[in-house]
Amino acid sequence: MSRRGTALARAGRVYMAAVLLFLYVPIVVMAVMSFNASKLYRLPVDWSFTWYTALASNDKLISAGLNSVWVAVVTTVIATILGTAASLAFFRYDFRGKRLLQILLFPPIAIPWLIIGTAMLVFFFWIGVGRGLHAMVLGHVALALPYVIVVVTARLRSFDPHLEEAARSLGASSWQATRRVTLPWIAPGMVAAALFAFAVSFDQFVISYFLSSPGVSTLPVEIYTSIRKGFTPEINAASTIVILVSMALLLGVARFYRFGGER
Amino acid sequence: MQSATVDAPRISGRRLRAIAGLTGPAYFWLALTVFLPLSAMFYFSFLSDVPFGKRVAVLTLENYAAFFEKEFYRTLMLRSFRLGAEVTFYCFLFGFPCAYLLAKTIKGRWREALFLLVILPFWSNALVRIFSWTMVLRGNGVLERLVNWIVPDYGPLNLMFTYPAIVVGLVHSYLPYMILTCYISLEAIDDSLIEAARSLGARRLTVLRRLVLPLALPGILAGAILIFVPVVGSFMEPRILGGRQGTFIGTIIEDQFTAVFNWPLGAALSFLMLGFVLLILLVVVPLARRAT
Repeated sequence: MSRRGTALARAGRVYMAAVLLFLYVPIVVMAVMSFNASKLYRLPVDWSFTWYTALASNDKLISAGLNSVWVAVVTTVIATILGTAASLAFFRYDFRGKRLLQILLFPPIAIPWLIIGTAMLVFFFWIGVGRGLHAMVLGHVALALPYVIVVVTARLRSFDPHLEEAARSLGASSWQATRRVTLPWIAPGMVAAALFAFAVSFDQFVISYFLSSPGVSTLPVEIYTSIRKGFTPEINAASTIVILVSMALLLGVARFYRFGGER
Repeated sequence: MQSATVDAPRISGRRLRAIAGLTGPAYFWLALTVFLPLSAMFYFSFLSDVPFGKRVAVLTLENYAAFFEKEFYRTLMLRSFRLGAEVTFYCFLFGFPCAYLLAKTIKGRWREALFLLVILPFWSNALVRIFSWTMVLRGNGVLERLVNWIVPDYGPLNLMFTYPAIVVGLVHSYLPYMILTCYISLEAIDDSLIEAARSLGARRLTVLRRLVLPLALPGILAGAILIFVPVVGSFMEPRILGGRQGTFIGTIIEDQFTAVFNWPLGAALSFLMLGFVLLILLVVVPLARRAT
């Protein structure tokens, strides 16, 4: 490589490092501050677990956290089952309207959440569903479904349909062939899809914000309310936990689903 | 999409039942939670009041008229679009080189690790990431210390509750989108094409402008759309980082639903915003296609 080429390569590495710093510094600062006993975020850091102990006795944040997990678990189960079923139909059959059904997956992702969230609020209010955790599950599943279908469909692409055919010709029923041949093959895709769905729900703020009723909210909604009201450093501790959970989830997804294309 | 024809010759009734049984639940759910609500909101945007209880609602265009009569709404709509354009531009400016490095110069396990590091924040909590900037930007915060360390006696620096703070926070939120979409289209470019252009004497900049940028355009456009649309409709980010500076069309819409309770007006403003976004995309996307 030419001298100029190596200089460029070095500049590239420095640039990459700068972008990563930009992406991670605020998060690291927030995490460090959650261990700072000083209420005014004085530096140098006075290391302590004060805010985590305070968090442990903050019933509001704890119950919001439990709500978040509950909504995310229910969302994950429903979205994974419904999404996998739809992916199987797209994979097995060619039918009129298939393109349309696939295009209909975009609006939930592409329309700003502000609009989808307020529309859900209006509609759920109108038909009597109201607000609360059940309404949030309704909304979160809709947001998670497109991701589940995309991920499971991607995994199905590497599945040889002749395997199902072989199972059928050996006497397996349609359901048996699906359960014993197809589902085991797409299992890693389903796990990745489930983790995605969990992350979509667990991190969702906008939809939950519009669908939360007074007293019943999820962790992001509670964090937002506290920030707006003038926050205490406990929020730092809660936020640090939230970000660790979502990053752990994504690392989980990465184990089952290769990002970046090449296999 | 590849699809199996295993069941093709079977009776169409059974096939239809299988398709309906498999796709039905998912799309019934989407209809109930996305498409019907959007239709309901569209209907509401033409009402004089919400049709609940004993309230009398009549069909009207006054919610849409309000937007065109009051300069206030137009100013805010423009402000939101300017914010969207600025954030999208910065994401491209900083994200594209990053995607190029990942796709073309970094190889093997390093690439995999760096790629994961870039998209890790993309899936982590957006609200919390915005909140984390308050720790950095506030007076007497980390940024102030850093600047004073580089430039001694720079003095106090408090960016909280300013327009730049909102831009920084949003760029931080959406940068991974641009890196991801650009990476996908850059990775698909055959390296030998670039080498061929180079060996035929094209300078690096020429290769970039004539070869790489046009081929990466679908990725750039996808990233731009994925960033521009939600930024125009953002309300949480301006509220947290902008304070009193953070009034945009998104925050006004949110107010209609959570504070003022003028749902029909909020609905009309939402659809106007969506309409303008679509209009801009219809103009800009073909222009960008032609320019490269």
